[in-house]
Amino acid sequence: MAFVTWFKRNLVVIAGLLTLAYLLLPNVVVTVFSFNKPVGRFNYAWQEFSADAWTDPCGVADLCGSLALSLQLACWATLGATALGTAIAFALARYRFRARGAVNALIFLPMAMPEVVMAASLLTLFLNLGAQLGFWTILIAHIMFCLSFVVTAVKARVMSMDPRLEQAAQDLYAGPFQTFLRVTLPIAAPGIAAGALLAFALSFDDFIITNFTAGSTVTFPMFVWGSAQRGTPVQINVIGTAMFVVAVLLVLLSMVIGSRRTKSRA
Amino acid sequence: MTNGTGGDVRLTGIGKTYGSFTAVHPLDLTVPQGSFFALLGASGCGKTTTLRMIAGLEEPTRGTVHLGDQDVTRLPPYKRPVNTVFQSYALFPHLDIFENVAFGLRRRGIKSVRKQVEEMLDLVQLGEQARKRPHQLSGGQQQRVALARALINHPQVLLLDEPLGALDLKLRRQMQWELKRIQTEVGITFVHVTHDQEEAMTMADQVAVMNAGRVEQLGTPADLYENPRTTFVANFLGTSNFIEAGIEGASGPDVVLRAGDGRLVLPRERCRTPATPGAKVLAGIRPEKISLTHADDADSVPEGRNRITGTIADAAFTGVSTQYVVDSPVCQEFAVYVQNVDRDPRLVPGARVVLHWNPAHTFGLDAAQDAAAGVEEAA
Amino acid sequence: MTTLTEAPPPLTPTAPEPAPPRRRGRLTPYWLLLPGLLWLVVFFALPMIYQASTSVQTGSLEEGYKVTWHVATYWDALTAYWPQFLRSVAYAAAATVLCLLLGYPLAYLIAFRAGRWRNLIMVLVIAPFFTSFLIRTLAWKTILADGGPLVGALNTLHVLDVTNWLGWTAGDRVLATPLAVVCGLTYNFLPFMILPLYTSLERIDGRLHEAAGDLYARPFTTFRKITFPLSMPGVVSGTLLTFIPATGDYVNADLLGSTDTRMAGNVIQTQFLRVLDYPTAAALSFILMAAILVMVTLYIRKSGTEDLV
Repeated sequence: MAFVTWFKRNLVVIAGLLTLAYLLLPNVVVTVFSFNKPVGRFNYAWQEFSADAWTDPCGVADLCGSLALSLQLACWATLGATALGTAIAFALARYRFRARGAVNALIFLPMAMPEVVMAASLLTLFLNLGAQLGFWTILIAHIMFCLSFVVTAVKARVMSMDPRLEQAAQDLYAGPFQTFLRVTLPIAAPGIAAGALLAFALSFDDFIITNFTAGSTVTFPMFVWGSAQRGTPVQINVIGTAMFVVAVLLVLLSMVIGSRRTKSRA
Repeated sequence: MTNGTGGDVRLTGIGKTYGSFTAVHPLDLTVPQGSFFALLGASGCGKTTTLRMIAGLEEPTRGTVHLGDQDVTRLPPYKRPVNTVFQSYALFPHLDIFENVAFGLRRRGIKSVRKQVEEMLDLVQLGEQARKRPHQLSGGQQQRVALARALINHPQVLLLDEPLGALDLKLRRQMQWELKRIQTEVGITFVHVTHDQEEAMTMADQVAVMNAGRVEQLGTPADLYENPRTTFVANFLGTSNFIEAGIEGASGPDVVLRAGDGRLVLPRERCRTPATPGAKVLAGIRPEKISLTHADDADSVPEGRNRITGTIADAAFTGVSTQYVVDSPVCQEFAVYVQNVDRDPRLVPGARVVLHWNPAHTFGLDAAQDAAAGVEEAA
Repeated sequence: MTTLTEAPPPLTPTAPEPAPPRRRGRLTPYWLLLPGLLWLVVFFALPMIYQASTSVQTGSLEEGYKVTWHVATYWDALTAYWPQFLRSVAYAAAATVLCLLLGYPLAYLIAFRAGRWRNLIMVLVIAPFFTSFLIRTLAWKTILADGGPLVGALNTLHVLDVTNWLGWTAGDRVLATPLAVVCGLTYNFLPFMILPLYTSLERIDGRLHEAAGDLYARPFTTFRKITFPLSMPGVVSGTLLTFIPATGDYVNADLLGSTDTRMAGNVIQTQFLRVLDYPTAAALSFILMAAILVMVTLYIRKSGTEDLV
């Protein structure tokens, strides 16, 4: 009886943790299989333990090259989308202007459009213009679809900012440029950082739009896609695991530093 | 930045409209240098807009702002020798207390700010908190940071926009004295916007009561309270009772009024409407000026006092005083405050009473206005 | 403008849009908008127009294409590929419902029951994003492998008999069946459901639960009458953020499915990148877009949150 009561009270916790397990199961599998020594070309069935792939992560042709290309693309796309998106977000949050509705719609639509539709239409444009598919077409596409997400993240932050803060800066002898540099920008920074991080993640992990605009260029997701047809090297799991671990460690580290800081200040 | 003499704030014909809405009707106002000046009014009366036009945060639609001899109407806020304590403070959340206070000095290119900032933080008793962030301070402490951040620049005028609005009652009382002390100490002109009449009267040398974008009356707190010129001022500052009366005629320095079957006397210089016999007038009297005598003792009321009879409808004991509501033929719900010195046990609801007061305390207002104007705004 | 625009990950609280304050520089907003909007016009809006024109062209790759207003392409595409479109909608709808059922308890757990574990669980929800989604989807091939422990367990428990009868699985396989594809879609878009749900749940004042309890509501009644209605903005934006990309997805159908589970996205991809039949591909793409817009509009109407778009 006590168990039934406990179970009823914690039903939502149990269900939630099961969902969490569902979300994390593939990452566990990826990690475990990074130590596999598969027979044949595909790494889908467990054979025996081996750390070979970890000692030689670039041991597969083109893998590390595609990884480097993806990182490079993600950096430039983040830079571009953050710069353009932040400017739009400030205009939307801080100024009145004509055709506000149309601007909002243009920001909103790319997020509400299935990727394959955007990808297909972008390819139509590039083909019509006779553009050479490759690094630059991918970069253009990535900046395009990351832009809206940056705008959303930055705008939310700027909107929640008290306009009196900027007035206070002006009242305290800061001209428009100083006000922007010393007050507006630092306060909007977390929003800009969030937008940039999101843009980086979206660009780095994008497959569908890249697949249409890449031509014969191979990014890391495209390498993984190709390997799903030709044979999956264990090194893919090594890189997947490493990215997961680094990301979790970075987040935990920033959380620890954040809580230390508030504690020491309190 | 204070330049000795001629540092008055002069608003000349200043007005502000947004589209078809007039926030501030053209007004003239002079704030003498070194005074503590309050703009008092309900929300939406135009007081904050007026303040922001002095700060340069709002561009006036018409008129000019002078600081001393300098016309600052077209100057942006960061070029005016004026600083503001903002409503809810607007402290920079990403800077610590020290940097918040140092902000204005640094923007003016002053390099060594440490000594000044530390002195200023000591003045507002926050020396220990210099390295904390604003959100780690209590409301009262944040208020003092906002004050220090503005005062450190030695502005010609300090503007305060509802500076105590976010504090609880006890802290607010304490800060009222504190602000008054600091103002006396630094001698800077303070212009203070508030909707709290008690706050304005406690602190300010001069109060401008604003209503619907206009200044209703300007004067010292005591003058506004004793000689209100409109029913709005009479009701917004404290409580007033109004008796609609007809003018019978003059008698020496007084005006004689008829209300119901009684007769009231009003000093002529306190009558704001021409004393033409037959005209209507609103005779006002503050609740604490009235004495209450049980009807059985009516004969003990001295001659020469204004008197009215009625029945006690309600009595509320508040400690210092008892607040009675009296029904009388000439005025429903007459408010009377009686100090609890010698309480008459017969004065309970239902008792017949005589209300009487010194005629000199009566004031007469134009009967054309609404006797209840300002009652709700003051609530 | 909308909850949807405010809500995509990482979700920042939606704020009502106050009238922006007036500024002195009249042209500044236009200069700020210009580069970004130009980018979107040239690389998002203009391609749509190009695609619209391509869809009514005829010709061949060798001789080139001309606009001939050949609207029949749409009809042909629809007759040839209606099963794939139907499948797209069905799979995406199933995945969306599953995401809601699975995601709600987790969002609720994070918002109300996690206590000091809240941040850690949040990190664990977002962290999988950092491993390429293709790698994680491939991991499902291992989890759902024929003869693997999961499929074995489902077989022993006779779950597969039921799913076989429903037509979701075939024989003693899960891989290469609709179930595998829906499972993959659910997995891939679950965080897009959880984050908006969490954002709107987190904003609910915990005292409302106490007030409901005080007014004789049992826990489930409290949920049904108070919590769920107040979380509606999260439910609506979560379902949109799940349904829209799931409908257009072709990665899950390709990696976890078979030729019998092909979705609209697979067809568009094949037509564009392999068959090189551009007019048909463009028409298909437009049909998909139109279908999604119609469904989303109807859904928003029905859910009574018209201020969404």
